[in-house]
Amino acid sequence: MKLDLVLKELHRAENELGHLLLRLSERHKADHETYHVARDLAVWCQDHVRLLAEAGDAYGLSLDPSPAGEPGPVERVREKAAEWLGRRPEPGLLLLADLRHLYRTASGVSLDWELLAQAAQGARRRGLLELAGRCHPQTLRQLRWAEARLKESATQVLVS
Amino acid sequence: MPQVDRIAEPWGTRTPYGPGDPWPVRVDAFLEAGLREQDVERWVQSASILHSNGDAMDIAVRAGRVVGVRGRAADRVNHGRLDPKDLYGWQAGNAADRLTRPLVREGGRLVESDWDTAMERVTGRLKELLAEQGPSAAGFYTTGQLFLEEYYTLALIAHGGIGTNHVDGNTRLCTATAAAALKESFGCDGQPGSYTDVDHADVIALYGHNVAETQSVLWSRVLDRLAGPNPPALVCVDPRETEVARAAAVHLAPRPGTNVALMNGLLHEIVANGWTDEAYLRDHVVGFEELRERVANWPAEEAARVCDVPVADLREAARLIGTAERLLSTVLQGFYQSHQATAAAVQVNNVHLVRGMLGRPGCGVLQMNGQPTAQNTRECGADGDLPGFRNWANDAHVQDLARVWNIDPLDIPHYSPPTHAMQMFRYAEEGSIRFLYVIGTNPAVSLPELRRVRSILRREGLFLVVQDIFLSETAQLADVVLPAATWGEKTGTFTNADRTVHLSDKAVEPPGEARPDLDIFLDLARRLDLRDKDGAPLVKWHDAEGAFEGWKECSRGRPCDYSGLTYDRLRGGSGVQWPCDDEHPDGTERLYAGGRFFSDPACCEDYGRDLVTGAPLSGTEYRALNPDGKAIIKAAEYVPPHEQPGEEFPLWLTTGRTLYHFHTRTKTGRTPQLRRAAPEPWAELSPGEAARNGLAEGDLVEIATPRGSVRARLRVTGMRDGVVFLPFHYGYWDEPGGSGPEDGESGRAANELTLTDWDPVSKQPIFKTAAARVTLVKAGDGEPSPAPTTGASRPAAPGVPPTEGGRAALAEEGDAA
Ligand code: SF4
Repeated sequence: MKLDLVLKELHRAENELGHLLLRLSERHKADHETYHVARDLAVWCQDHVRLLAEAGDAYGLSLDPSPAGEPGPVERVREKAAEWLGRRPEPGLLLLADLRHLYRTASGVSLDWELLAQAAQGARRRGLLELAGRCHPQTLRQLRWAEARLKESATQVLVS
Repeated sequence: MPQVDRIAEPWGTRTPYGPGDPWPVRVDAFLEAGLREQDVERWVQSASILHSNGDAMDIAVRAGRVVGVRGRAADRVNHGRLDPKDLYGWQAGNAADRLTRPLVREGGRLVESDWDTAMERVTGRLKELLAEQGPSAAGFYTTGQLFLEEYYTLALIAHGGIGTNHVDGNTRLCTATAAAALKESFGCDGQPGSYTDVDHADVIALYGHNVAETQSVLWSRVLDRLAGPNPPALVCVDPRETEVARAAAVHLAPRPGTNVALMNGLLHEIVANGWTDEAYLRDHVVGFEELRERVANWPAEEAARVCDVPVADLREAARLIGTAERLLSTVLQGFYQSHQATAAAVQVNNVHLVRGMLGRPGCGVLQMNGQPTAQNTRECGADGDLPGFRNWANDAHVQDLARVWNIDPLDIPHYSPPTHAMQMFRYAEEGSIRFLYVIGTNPAVSLPELRRVRSILRREGLFLVVQDIFLSETAQLADVVLPAATWGEKTGTFTNADRTVHLSDKAVEPPGEARPDLDIFLDLARRLDLRDKDGAPLVKWHDAEGAFEGWKECSRGRPCDYSGLTYDRLRGGSGVQWPCDDEHPDGTERLYAGGRFFSDPACCEDYGRDLVTGAPLSGTEYRALNPDGKAIIKAAEYVPPHEQPGEEFPLWLTTGRTLYHFHTRTKTGRTPQLRRAAPEPWAELSPGEAARNGLAEGDLVEIATPRGSVRARLRVTGMRDGVVFLPFHYGYWDEPGGSGPEDGESGRAANELTLTDWDPVSKQPIFKTAAARVTLVKAGDGEPSPAPTTGASRPAAPGVPPTEGGRAALAEEGDAA
């Protein structure tokens, strides 16, 4: 049974996605909706990381329950710079690139939840199935958000 | 006739009535000093544009001037009553500093010019940019105070002619959430209820709606019910002790930013006690199961803890709402301009859906508007929607609009929802919007984080056109200023928050060379030589009535159907509520009777959005969710506010209105009675909070947030602890700074302090939750603050002289004329 592999990978991927969201927010601080919503959505990843660590105990994994955190001081300096940079025309393209990356990462996480749910079905692990049922919809919402932001932002960036 | 000082008594004399009875008539009137009724030469029909209530009135004319107003006794909205802003506010039209000639910027200064020069500059720059960059370079930012005909013409020019997606109104600051919440729940924007629901309701719940000061005539209606037999019970949700709170059976003063938690707590109680209408839910609603699960996690104790309200009060409020037989709910800025705006407003709709309280007398939801013609921007597509409640994501709707306009569907931008105002300013900041046409509004005072806004408006590469009636803070920064005519000087129609359409006729000539907004738009279209696909002029009308006829065709068959109306029909009579068509020749008082909605996938105005992320649903997703066109219940999770008080900024800052001013005070600040009643900004703290900070009534304090600072004198009021309040009307046009604070000084506009953040669903900026600190600048000398004593700013302790208008404010209260 390879459930532990899936859990481990999800734990890593959720951490990555959460960090990506926080980084996105810090890099696009002057794009206010991106900044705020990305931070709200990072909280979901942090929840997922904690829940996965709890679930991992039963499989002998000792996963770190505390999510990859807030950006440190060095990153904060960058955040300031981003705010200043964000008031100039170029960051539009950077935003598209970052959202694209986010979308692809979130798709990967979504697939991993799919895998976990399949495995949990097969192995009749109710707890894991419930975990996927609770977390996966939020990943899908993160995914749709990235796509929607991308679509909304693309035209102006690309035609002007 | 009895005379009343309507500054001291804003709601006038009581005319009590009982449930189901007609609201008695009381005709309010105010004429220029020394004039009597017999001196008036003509009365010209109109309605209010100083708030969204839509009170009908007649304009008194003598010797070519407006000399007063009188309420229209027969009107369904006000039964003759007028708001103090209407009684006195018309005087601003006669102010000496009206703009009378176009201005253009020469050598850094605005100088007088003529129409031809000014319009050639505008169209010349626009054509250059269209050739160079295309329509993405142009943005239009309009108001909530134009007429329907003007919005529709502008929408045609901007969306259909120029082809830009960047069209929005300042209704974004004000009513965007009302529209969004209605679309989420009912698939279409349009008020379910009617003001007459006040006559029938046994419980009225007001959510963040200080109706006593925002729609004072509607409050008079409530006061008259309260004074009559079998009065309704009021439930008030507001952190301030407003007049509504003082009259309420239960007052909940939640911690700012926790509205969704509060609503989830109330819904929890309603569901847990079985106060739901199971048959209604089964037959007319989708999505209830998700709500049931969501609110299961929100027991009253938990909600009360998060919101910091007494749990017994929360339970009592839920009991009143849950057991009402005829429940009326109203919602305004306390929800709309706060954190999670749409999610919270949608929960109010949910209360009505789970209780099956729609479409019957007394059972209404009023998702209110702040501005008088906000409803029209939404209908006509001048505010981030497509005209006629068409769905930008539904190709059939776009094709249909192209048919009405006789243009190619590809010429109507619909690649994403129309750009909202905050995003337009962001594009201007980034430099991709290079032409911004601002009409009848004042972003240099009304948008959040003013230092940023001013820097955008001043940007080198931005060509700024301002069309207005005074040299506002924003106009002072413009490249071209176009002098407009205003209410009473032009003809058109407009629609209030309960869908009542009124006609407003021209009473007098505009001053100097000022022109009606419609004429300016027609001139713009002509100079740009906009054509339809057969080469004929795109805009096919030449006057207001022609534009109205054009709009009737555009709205035909849509939920906001005006096709049964004509100017003749509206003239002489009273307001009529849309839809008004062959089937409903007298209009429609309540939408959604019998559980019939406009939410069919083929008809709906919007497929809805995720309440937290704001991401739009696709047509496919919507069809799966709601194949049969039912009402939609959407549950919402609570998310904590983005800026929270901490060590450096320990208080919540919240902003709001006073009864005596409207928007950025361009008119009410030029009205002697209103100006005297609320002459300068003030700050409010609760007695406990003031004591904790060693502050007292009348002290000069500085309120600061990470974005700036403002100085004002302190009023100690019945506010909740931990909150500081500022009125947001005040700016700089009547101050030395002109368009902003004097160099290096603290400001006086509340929006120096507010943060740039908005609700992801409605894109309405958040003005009600920021972290702030208050410090003493100079102790008072016993003089109280200038805040009015009549509304929410009533002093907590005695000793402050009452706000009065004196002889200059004596208005008449008569019987039916
Ligand atoms: S004063 Fe401004 S924000 Fe308030 S309701 Fe009116 S228009 Fe809206």
